[in-house]
Amino acid sequence: MQKLIRPLFLQNRIGSPAQVFGVAGSSRRGKACDCPPPAKYGGRHTVTMIPGDGIGPELLRHVQEVFRYSCVPVDFEVVHVNSAMTEEDDINNAITAIRRNRVALKGNIETNHTMPPSHKSRNNLLRTSLDLYANVIHCQSLPGVQTRHRDIDIMIIRENTEGEYSSLEHESVPGVVESLKIITKSNSLRIADYAFRLAREKGRKRVTGVHKANIMKLGDGLFLQCCKEVASGYPDIVFDSMIVDNTTMQLVSKPQQFDVMVMPNLYGNVVSNVCAGLVGGPGLVPGANLGRDYAVFETATRNTGKSIANKNTANPTAMLLASCMMLDHLQLHEVMHTADIGGQGTTSEVVQSIMRLMQGASLRSAAAF
Amino acid sequence: LMAFCLLKVPIHWEERNVTAIKGPGGKWMIPPEAKESMDKSKIGLKGPLKTPIAAGHPSMNLLLRKTFDLYANVRPCVSIEGYKTPYTDVDLVTIRENTEGEYSGIEHVIVDGVVQSIKLITENASQRIAQFAFEYARNNQRSTVTAVHKANIMRMSDGLFLRKCRDVAENYKDIKFTEMYLDTVCLNMVQDPTSFDVLVMPNLYGDILSDLCAGLIGGLGVTPSGNIGANGVAIFESVHGTAPDIAGKDLANPTALLLSAVMMLRHMGLHDHAKKIEKACYDTIESETVRTKDLGGNAKCSEFTNEICRRVQDQD
Repeated sequence: MQKLIRPLFLQNRIGSPAQVFGVAGSSRRGKACDCPPPAKYGGRHTVTMIPGDGIGPELLRHVQEVFRYSCVPVDFEVVHVNSAMTEEDDINNAITAIRRNRVALKGNIETNHTMPPSHKSRNNLLRTSLDLYANVIHCQSLPGVQTRHRDIDIMIIRENTEGEYSSLEHESVPGVVESLKIITKSNSLRIADYAFRLAREKGRKRVTGVHKANIMKLGDGLFLQCCKEVASGYPDIVFDSMIVDNTTMQLVSKPQQFDVMVMPNLYGNVVSNVCAGLVGGPGLVPGANLGRDYAVFETATRNTGKSIANKNTANPTAMLLASCMMLDHLQLHEVMHTADIGGQGTTSEVVQSIMRLMQGASLRSAAAF
Repeated sequence: LMAFCLLKVPIHWEERNVTAIKGPGGKWMIPPEAKESMDKSKIGLKGPLKTPIAAGHPSMNLLLRKTFDLYANVRPCVSIEGYKTPYTDVDLVTIRENTEGEYSGIEHVIVDGVVQSIKLITENASQRIAQFAFEYARNNQRSTVTAVHKANIMRMSDGLFLRKCRDVAENYKDIKFTEMYLDTVCLNMVQDPTSFDVLVMPNLYGDILSDLCAGLIGGLGVTPSGNIGANGVAIFESVHGTAPDIAGKDLANPTALLLSAVMMLRHMGLHDHAKKIEKACYDTIESETVRTKDLGGNAKCSEFTNEICRRVQDQD
């Protein structure tokens, strides 16, 4: 007997662990992935876990703890990626593992930007090899977190494979470097389509395309055109567009006006970080990288957090929420504050508090049965 | 203009029209009278220019920039006492490379459905802007210069920019130099803008960040801006739009232009005059009695200006 899992942020229900977690992942991924859910061996899912660098390993350890505590039927296949290595064997192993398991949870892998251009960003390599074309971030004001702006609820859909992140650069003459930004019709249509489908599914009313087509007339012009094309197929959703610099200005003065936003890669980077900052910082927002066949979950702002690594001060919320997105259940009611949002709790204390909440909740629901 | 006259600021005003005309050879350019005037005086003050959408000629702002090689766009963002935004105590300067980068305008359609935009970073331009940033920091008693980049992704281009910044930093040991990723800057900027001082960056990031910072202090209606070029040319301007819906109705907020003019005075070394006008302007906004519509008041543009002039006179 399997319960249907409602999408994460809309439900305030915790069933008894065994039942709820039994169908992890499938319904949520139905939108982006049109493929059957990954195989379950003996009723347990296997998920690839890439600890990454900085605070990644410790946060993921906490996720494992929480999962163990709540008897989540997920086994993690841990694949380490050494960011210092110049060969790409490590990341290729990780990619193969993800192909095998279809779902992954990862920390950010550091990119040493003083290394030569042939040494590509591992994170980027992962995204492009697996064709994880949509990066979805949901920024919403959390109760109990003090921020300058209230009532923010923005979904950001960012093209994840091309644009400025094509890593195509060359030095045509000494002292002159050219970097290519690629925009293709197919990818733009794809991401616009994803955005509108998601908006419709979540009952959102407005999609805003963010661009700089007044300057990059052909590139962003193409992107915008594709968005408009897709928008015509969704008459119930309003589509408008905004230039990226105006967007950031509006975000810091009136972020409540935004609903769903879709944009190419680099602007996505900027806007998602601004929004994450608006709702309380990098420790609170989870992100999902979704492709047709695979899904990789991580924190939205993709920081390695080297300066706070292993000090037990990192906020595990983002990673935990990412794992929740992955599992499609669990609702966090309240989070004890870690230092980055003004409290004195340590990372492990927050985890303990979450586990206590879960215990309380599962006891309640167990009693209900 | 009125405020300046009152103060007897030693400036001779030459007004010039900058509607685009087609020069010999078919290239669009600004009228030669304008160019001559600028070459002579070297300093200009500019209001917003409209670029009609299907005009057939490039943006006027772009033309001005190219003609005078205005390579640095400087935008100081200081929280205005009396005009409350959710962000207080903002005091930073964004210095943006203004000639190349993502705005080189070079785009091609490779095959149908694939477009390539080229972002150009050159050693010279990076060197120049870094040099300017550190000079500015030194001249204005700023303590830190932060280079904003995305070298983890754009290894060669932003890497070059970063290297040049580092090289220039060597000559300015009295100023602290840090580097930060664009996304980290955005993240931290909306959480704690007081941690930033001077920011130097290539064109696109500069565009986004300078507008972000303008938003922090209250928007484009109150943000001054200066464009510094080669050969000592400098044009100061307000960066808001032309607002055709309120043109000629005495409703506009002159703060941005006024503060840009103050920047201009400082650039010319007329610090006393600059200070007086700036103080008068801030005081007027703070007093809340006479404010233009966009700042939440009901005053006309001329009333606002009169009030500022009055305060300037009082200071004498």
